[in-house]
Amino acid sequence: MAKQWEEMSPDEKQEEFFNRWLSPKDPQGNDLKFQSPQAEKGYKDRITRIKDAIQMKKLPDRVPFFVAPSFFPAYYSGVTPKDVMYDYEKCRMAFKKFVLDFEPDGNLGAYVPGPGRFFEILGYKLYSWPGHGVPPEQSYQANEGEYMKADEYDALIDDPSNFFSNTYLPRVFGALEGFKMLPVLTGILEIYGVAVNFIPFGLPPVQETYKKLFEAGAEALKWFGEMMAWNNEITSAGFPIVATGFSKAPFDVIGDTLRGTRGMMLDMYRQPDKLLEALDRMTPLMIKMGVGTAQMAGHPLIFMPLHKGADGFLSDAQFKKFYWPTFRKVLMGLINEGVVPMPALEGHWTTRLEVLQDLPKGKTLWMVDQSDMAKTKKTLGKVGCLFGNVPSDLLAVGTPQQIKEYVKKIIDAASKDGGFIVCNGAFFDQAKPENVHAMVDAAKEYGNVYK
Amino acid sequence: MAGNLVNALADLKEEEALKIVKDRLNANEEPLKILEDARKGMEIVGKRFADSEYFIPDLVYSGEILKEATELVKPKLTKATESKKLGKIVFGTVAGDIHDIGKDIVAFMLDVNGFEVIDLGVDTPAQKFIDKAKETGAPIVGLSGFLALSFDSMKDTVEAIQAAGLRDKVKIMIGGGQISEEIRKYTGADAFGKDAMAAVALAKQWIGAD
Repeated sequence: MAKQWEEMSPDEKQEEFFNRWLSPKDPQGNDLKFQSPQAEKGYKDRITRIKDAIQMKKLPDRVPFFVAPSFFPAYYSGVTPKDVMYDYEKCRMAFKKFVLDFEPDGNLGAYVPGPGRFFEILGYKLYSWPGHGVPPEQSYQANEGEYMKADEYDALIDDPSNFFSNTYLPRVFGALEGFKMLPVLTGILEIYGVAVNFIPFGLPPVQETYKKLFEAGAEALKWFGEMMAWNNEITSAGFPIVATGFSKAPFDVIGDTLRGTRGMMLDMYRQPDKLLEALDRMTPLMIKMGVGTAQMAGHPLIFMPLHKGADGFLSDAQFKKFYWPTFRKVLMGLINEGVVPMPALEGHWTTRLEVLQDLPKGKTLWMVDQSDMAKTKKTLGKVGCLFGNVPSDLLAVGTPQQIKEYVKKIIDAASKDGGFIVCNGAFFDQAKPENVHAMVDAAKEYGNVYK
Repeated sequence: MAGNLVNALADLKEEEALKIVKDRLNANEEPLKILEDARKGMEIVGKRFADSEYFIPDLVYSGEILKEATELVKPKLTKATESKKLGKIVFGTVAGDIHDIGKDIVAFMLDVNGFEVIDLGVDTPAQKFIDKAKETGAPIVGLSGFLALSFDSMKDTVEAIQAAGLRDKVKIMIGGGQISEEIRKYTGADAFGKDAMAAVALAKQWIGAD
């Protein structure tokens, strides 16, 4: 009899996750029907190629390649970012055309645009999106702010869920104002006085907020249904979707989401102990989030965009004190549950590589943006699989010849002994299609290095 | 005594720096002298940043301490500070892009290195760069951008400056995010810089300060 999940080692759990990924299910829970035997073979070959690159136990048949766009599929298909955020049919069409034309070994699904109407219903303030603060033909952008104030660390540390529901959410979603009045649910203890806790739900602002929530929930469900249908279609055509799940480094949770860059930087000087305590408090939540989303998606890879630990954003000492310890704990917590974290080293991380390499081998997959590839291979690349590094500026304004030379250069620098996947370095919007084709062609042409 | 404020600011000792400012104000010292020391402290911060001894959080924190110190001094100021600047630079993040961290770092470094930075903020239309360059007679325009969409905004801005007949009167530098020599060629700017120090070096070179 197969071992129970709890009895498995981290290695066995990872293997089990890969097995599940190799045997995809349809929404009814039955084995997914592939469009053709070739599609099924293509799907399994691609996953095996990715798995071999990640595990670094044996060499893949060739260097795998991903293409990781932001809104590129919209431009490429002749529609706007606004179109793909508001018209799910157009979103599916654009991302499908993109996958079928470029045939990547791994793609990121069609989740990037997200549901525009949903953001509108809730009055999301953390981002400006096409038609809402930025022009219809542009990508969304974050509006960083101090959504948590400098003196609110204790509130966050005491009860993160309550802080999010009653303080953070009303600040970033205009329609959730009423949540400021929500009761503290841990105060619901016995018959005496219990009804008092429910009074807020009778108040008009709270009721209004719930009406908006029902509306937003229905829209989210509608969008997700479209995404699931897209996933089935693309998977059954033979193309694996990598990294549906999601988590973050605790430092970025505080720095991106709650305090903002400036607030976070000042906290390192003015209240370092509170900051450290909050980072600890976020750690198990980020592990649970990553494991939960991986289990839901049925495959091991989860995406972790990294921001505030990049070169220059922190001194080496600050990186080692504030960023790395809890980030490593999250990585290890995920690895122990068989999950393969896929952190994106956005920007330059060349000075962090030696610290980052303190991890078990064959358990992680790192997106490299502008860090030095040869150096990355010699450090972090000894333990983790690397992908990325083809520059956005070249994709946007370079020539196919320049792209091919670049891909050749990074394959030479990083493909030795496996553990490497060709990909662009940063999620891109504008690019010349011929340059994206050149990246894919070069990956195939120069990627046969393991024969 | 005077050395204390310079060092306290340079070493990012917030409480100490503010206490010195208060003490010196209470001793009826000339406010401009206090601000001059603060400026010297910031110069050291800038130098340490250029030497990779300090990082972005140190710049942010020093800026915060300076702001608090200036607020203490302000009520006692009788005349405006006048210090000789190397030259003016019109500076901003280009249209469509709302990123400011990189822009602020470059503006800070230009400022502590003696330039007068006219910061136009983020999402700056081309016309605003043109209007400010005309109004101030600044010989340098700096365009910042983080997103790929800024490539086109920069190109449009350079073209608009050309169309306004200013192209031979200003030197244009670009920088940020994914900016490279390829993008410089694409936009028609005069130079690009990889970091804030490169911007300072370019500005000094263009203005003939070195």
